[in-house]
Amino acid sequence: MKLKCPECDGDIEVKEVIEGEILSCNDCGAELEVSKKKDGSIELKVAESEGEDWGE
Amino acid sequence: MPTLSLLYDRIRTEEKVLINAAEKKGVFLKPIDAKELHLTITDFSSERELFGDVALERCVSHFRGLHLTAALENKGITVINPYSVSSICGNKMLTSIVLAKSGIPTPKTVVAFTKEEAMKAAEELGFPSVIKPVFGSWGRLIAPLKDRETAQAILEHREEMGNPLYQIYYIQEMIKRPPRDIRTVVVGEEIVASIYRYSGPEDWRTNIARGGRAEACKLSEENVEIILKAAKAVGGGVLGVDAMEKEEGIVIHEVNSTVEFKGAMSVSEVDIPGKIIEYALNLVKR
Repeated sequence: MKLKCPECDGDIEVKEVIEGEILSCNDCGAELEVSKKKDGSIELKVAESEGEDWGE
Repeated sequence: MPTLSLLYDRIRTEEKVLINAAEKKGVFLKPIDAKELHLTITDFSSERELFGDVALERCVSHFRGLHLTAALENKGITVINPYSVSSICGNKMLTSIVLAKSGIPTPKTVVAFTKEEAMKAAEELGFPSVIKPVFGSWGRLIAPLKDRETAQAILEHREEMGNPLYQIYYIQEMIKRPPRDIRTVVVGEEIVASIYRYSGPEDWRTNIARGGRAEACKLSEENVEIILKAAKAVGGGVLGVDAMEKEEGIVIHEVNSTVEFKGAMSVSEVDIPGKIIEYALNLVKR
């Protein structure tokens, strides 16, 4: 399935992903989170960036 | 059939393998995105239908996970790890206190609340020492205080930082250690894997997140005992206990509550995610 990068509109090939997984855009390098819309279809959102409290 | 949930804000390797491990056992581990949740905390209506019998809290954001844990525990949901454990592990000062109080070897640590007193503390400890933020992970902003000048510069930078928690100056003796530490994954009362983490070529820190390399570690009986005691001291659960090797023996410097075990998984034959799911299932039965 082909989706558009929300940051640069580049094409991103998406296969066998699960919700919450992070992909990066080959064109602009943005980190994108796989998210499910209400209708069950998959969309890509710009992922949160590293916070001060991230980690174990 | 018991139901489990996985509270996440980002699906890392660990979360993926946990979902697969549950599936293999015929258990549904329901992934729930903490970023898409809101909970009424002033009533105690059961949320068991949504969160299942036991929730595995795996948020990459410590404070998000910690507060979500508190909200769910008040609704009667068992969370791994409990709030009482996460709140200790998420704060290096509280962890040091608990470890020392329990008689577990841990590096000498001093805390101060102003830049000036922090400088005195560093001088007392002697150079080099290490300054660490009391919260945060992956070695973020951990800095060696090599001499008086470096210490002064780092403390001045600290003072300018917005988050008031950076003004809790936590300064620790520098342990003379080989370029590695020991990460042990503890699940309940069992050690499931132990690895050496060697610092990467461009960093002195050993965190896998900073490019550290994993190698299997065979623990001595004495070290097994110390590590299990450390896990128990913070309240137990699914934990990553970190140790450094001194000449006289190991010292425990950290216990991690949302343990990352990708490094351990790569060199261990033990089914770490499977052990974690079993642990969660056992808590349901209780």
